[in-house]
Amino acid sequence: MVKVRRSTIIEAPVDEVWRILRDFNGHERWHPAVAESRIEEGRQADEIGCVRRFRLADGGILREQLLRLSDRERSFTYCILEAPIPLIDYVATVRLKPVTDGQRTFWDWQSSFRTPAGEEKALAGLVGEQIYQAGFDAIKSTFGQQSIAPAPARRTSAGSIAATGVADRPMECQGLVIERYGGPEVLHWERLSAPPPGPGELRIRHTAIGLNYIDVYARTGYYPLVDPPGVIGMEAAGVVVDIGPAVHGIMAGDRVAYACNPPGAYAEYRTMQADLVVPLPDDIDDETAAAVMLKGMSAEFLLHRVHRVGEGDVILVHAAAGGVGQLLCQWARALGATVIGTVGNLEKARIARAHGCAYPIVYSEEDFVERVNQITEGRGCDVVYDAVGRDSFMRSYDALALRGHLVSYGQASGPIEPIDIAAFAAKSARVSRPNFGHYAGTSVEVRAMTDRLFDVLRRGILAVGISQRHALRDAAQAHRDLEARRTTGSTIFIP
Amino acid sequence: MVKVYTSSVIDAPADRLWAAIRDFNGLPKWHPLIRDSRIEGNLPADRVGCIRNFNMKDGGNIREQLVTLSDYDYSCTYTILESPMGVSNYVATLKLTPITDGGRSFVEWSAEFDCPPARETELAGTIGTGVFQGGFDALKRQFARR
Repeated sequence: MVKVRRSTIIEAPVDEVWRILRDFNGHERWHPAVAESRIEEGRQADEIGCVRRFRLADGGILREQLLRLSDRERSFTYCILEAPIPLIDYVATVRLKPVTDGQRTFWDWQSSFRTPAGEEKALAGLVGEQIYQAGFDAIKSTFGQQSIAPAPARRTSAGSIAATGVADRPMECQGLVIERYGGPEVLHWERLSAPPPGPGELRIRHTAIGLNYIDVYARTGYYPLVDPPGVIGMEAAGVVVDIGPAVHGIMAGDRVAYACNPPGAYAEYRTMQADLVVPLPDDIDDETAAAVMLKGMSAEFLLHRVHRVGEGDVILVHAAAGGVGQLLCQWARALGATVIGTVGNLEKARIARAHGCAYPIVYSEEDFVERVNQITEGRGCDVVYDAVGRDSFMRSYDALALRGHLVSYGQASGPIEPIDIAAFAAKSARVSRPNFGHYAGTSVEVRAMTDRLFDVLRRGILAVGISQRHALRDAAQAHRDLEARRTTGSTIFIP
Repeated sequence: MVKVYTSSVIDAPADRLWAAIRDFNGLPKWHPLIRDSRIEGNLPADRVGCIRNFNMKDGGNIREQLVTLSDYDYSCTYTILESPMGVSNYVATLKLTPITDGGRSFVEWSAEFDCPPARETELAGTIGTGVFQGGFDALKRQFARR
């Protein structure tokens, strides 16, 4: 068995190089030995098993099959199916790694194969020089770099690594921009660019984006989160493309997710502050993360920090079949609480029950305060979680036990009337109006929240139902469905 | 789990660099943060399982155990047994790869560890920038061709 291994350094960031190399059919554009190439049977160039059929500059035809492709490792493996030269059982692997102290890339290209007796050396030389080294030199010149002779002419002294300027380039991409505040029709698919990350920033390639009701508020201007024209969207998962100076604990190539201000998630790429972005564990997939970060972190602080819900507590969750509602029901039950919930119809009652709500109440058919009194034998609830607002706030107070805690974390039905706090003395009631940003405003808080969240996801305590998937450019329809209350569970967008 | 990854290019052939790096007791000879080092129990420094007991120039004492040593792929893995840093489950790997194009070396130093969330950023910075990059910079000064 002959083994050939060649490696080089490219003076460009690893993701720039990977973007060129990962295209299994792209070698016709950069490799000097390849005259033309196509993928057989109309398959995608990143589809495992696809075959590239290409003609060399000297006329020879080769067929090679993609066996493995990993964006995480920035690596692919392929084999030769047919070739005019006797490279038998040829399997090769290309792998890129970042050089972290300078925007450079280590590129390793290796293979093993058999040859007819006596031809080992000649064929190893041909593969190493005319394929691998020639490929290195071509990519180097793409990035404006001189080929280096294997001579000691090159000086590398500490701290003198010159950036090539490639990393300073914005990345072109597309995303949804709101032209002005308004209905779903103000969302427009437009060209955007993600600038190179500055100090404390990173650049992400989104793989899945979450839909939240706050996106509607951002779009209509009810919350002035985005100044049009601008990109909305609070949460997403993806892969780090590159990081700016002074970013620690996250590196290019990491899978990450976030849920935080400012908005900007409805885009293919995004440059943002790194401190509220968390690395994803291997066992939490991108779609789950995109669907659950904002709602799950909300459930975490509502159940663990706004009020510490525990064994024996009775809680009332409004909109128990909704996004946050489902998570509150599941998680609170696992903490030992008895969960009562309000829902809009029987179908939603079924969903709430399936998620741990012991007593779903269809509020249009039954008076929920009365039902709470029946269920608790007149005692009331220890905590009421209310994001409905105007239509329910005072009724929620009526459902409280003595020394109960009314947690108002939203107002979907409209602003809440001013309250007479003195009247709350009748129950020694507590009222909280928590704001997500104050519980998830620092890196330390977010890491602690997501540690807890990923743990309950891993243990199956929280099941995340992704019921709707849309292409990002079709988000307007998803907004219409959400506003018309036609959705259940979570909606995600795929860029 | 915190992961730290630092990599660099040193303008010296991998076998020359490896001769320095493979000595598990040799940190004081090249790493600027380390004052002195000894191997406990008089074991040879390339015996897997041996423990190096060393003092930092800032006074901290650290005990680390050699977990893997491979001359074949120029790689050394070790774990921290005791240190003042407040990390647990700390496993680090220092690895060289020859760069055939120019006779240089690609060096990677990575670690995984647990610590309180409040200290993740600080420790990732100390380890990645101070210990690992600081070591690379020293190797560059000592080994880079003049």
